[in-house]
Amino acid sequence: MRNIDNNILQLRDFSAFYGSRIILDRVDASFGRGMSTALIGRNGTGKSTLLRAMAGLNKNYTGTVSVDGRDIKDIRGDRMARLVSFVTTERTRVSNLMCRDVVALGRAPYTNWIGHMQPADMDIVEESLHRVGMGDYATRTMDTMSDGECQRIMIARALAQDTPVMMLDEPTSFLDLPNRYELARLLSRLAHDADKCIIYSTHELDIATRMCDSIALIDNQKLIHLPAEEMNRAGHIKRLFNLDDILCP
Amino acid sequence: MTPRSTITLNLTDVYSKRRTITLFGLSGALVLLLFVVDLFTGSVSITASQIWNALTGGDCPEATARIIIDIRLVKALVALLAGAALSVSGLQMQTLFRNPLAGPYVLGISSGASLGVALFIMGAPALGMSAIMSSVGIAGAAWIGAAAVLVIIAAASRRIKDIMVILILGMMFSSGISAVVQIIQYLSRESALKAYVIWTMGSLGDVTTWQLYILIPAIIAGLVLAIATIKPLNLLLLGEEYAVTMGLNVRRSRNLIFLSTTLLAGTITAFCGPIGFIGLAMPHVTRMIFRDSDHRILIPATALTGAAIMLICDIVSKQYTLPVNSVTSMLGIPVVIWVVLSNANAFSKR
Repeated sequence: MRNIDNNILQLRDFSAFYGSRIILDRVDASFGRGMSTALIGRNGTGKSTLLRAMAGLNKNYTGTVSVDGRDIKDIRGDRMARLVSFVTTERTRVSNLMCRDVVALGRAPYTNWIGHMQPADMDIVEESLHRVGMGDYATRTMDTMSDGECQRIMIARALAQDTPVMMLDEPTSFLDLPNRYELARLLSRLAHDADKCIIYSTHELDIATRMCDSIALIDNQKLIHLPAEEMNRAGHIKRLFNLDDILCP
Repeated sequence: MTPRSTITLNLTDVYSKRRTITLFGLSGALVLLLFVVDLFTGSVSITASQIWNALTGGDCPEATARIIIDIRLVKALVALLAGAALSVSGLQMQTLFRNPLAGPYVLGISSGASLGVALFIMGAPALGMSAIMSSVGIAGAAWIGAAAVLVIIAAASRRIKDIMVILILGMMFSSGISAVVQIIQYLSRESALKAYVIWTMGSLGDVTTWQLYILIPAIIAGLVLAIATIKPLNLLLLGEEYAVTMGLNVRRSRNLIFLSTTLLAGTITAFCGPIGFIGLAMPHVTRMIFRDSDHRILIPATALTGAAIMLICDIVSKQYTLPVNSVTSMLGIPVVIWVVLSNANAFSKR
């Protein structure tokens, strides 16, 4: 287990709502750097709502979300973009836009009013592409690529944003089995090597328990956040997903 | 990464950069050429030396000089500005709404302008305005109408997060205004109705020299604002959510884009009437020619191609004495169909 005191993202007395429905009820949790965390829970329990709240996209919550010790409500948008990056479920395919240009957009929080890229920015873009294994795709356009490749490009874009916290909403959906594991391994490696706090929602229990350092589980308006092994032992996953009922009715 | 792939990468870079520079050079030269051709085109044939003399204040018959400077030069400048303005504003709307069918009028700018004009044409005789006042009045009324629409849309967008809802509101709003305009038309007298219908046909020739002093600064202001929208537009390519997580202040950017579009499309509509299809077609054509989606390239490139096509439309409309709107539609519709079909081909080939 890595150092868990190194908390960069914290929820305090946090309640989230979907419309008027309460999704999380007075939750406290913290997430550290250098760790990958899987966010799991049944459909409709509010995984996306939570992620979007923590990324500053959803303000329909009470309590505080703090990044690097500061309430995100007090952090300006351009500053926030240097702390938290986000990869949504949206499949974005802009024709005529090269992968490198997409990744370069991740440098927006650091570039000037017209988005001029310094040589250092270009280096970070190339490095991000290589980190996700897409170095040879720099001049390909997004509309000629597979879902897995596009997903990697969007992750490279988040990497180029150079933030301590990275969140991804269901990055493994739309991918085939080998690609899902490949992606999960990539995310864990990024968390460890680049000392990032990476949180992603997923429905792949196997990926969550095997590939992530910790698991955050949404259950009955509560958030249970434990290291992966402990989560396995505690039996929350088994209880919640009723595996026995499905497999041997 | 192998050294070999570095070399290929750099070659691709150099190739595409050279290609872009060449294309900018070519389109710039084309605009210049068309501008000169436009000066030559007209019912009176005037020689090159006369045109040169008229423009440089040299020896030239007074009547000919007046034709060149007061009519042809003004009209060519208006065509140039109108094409650039409408195309840039169409590009902004297509990126903002992430919709290939968006154009400068998608927010209801032309409906707002037509309501202003309809009310003015109906009301002006009652107020006892003279004919000379009326051309200024029409432009003013159209601009007020367009700006009023902007204010309403901007106010709505403060409360509404989803850009698609704003698009639908804009379309419904303009349909509603069109209905009101129809009622006004139904109630108006024949002469007023004709004046209104002629305005809707569009004309590049109604702008007088002194009106140009309003038109030029307004369009330049709109284009300068458009340059300021380049980075927001690039971020918006990935959608508003991504743009927000990359630090974009969406509300401010939207207002900037709305303001720029109203200055560009609103001013042109006020002085020339609602000119169709240029703003919708030219961003697509430009994206295809330049093979790029970066607005640092697209904004200036669209301005150039838009200016070129508008000059062509003006030359054609002068040759055959047609209303300019029918020419832009006849040229614009095949272009849109061609773009749609060739994109469809590109997709099926994969």
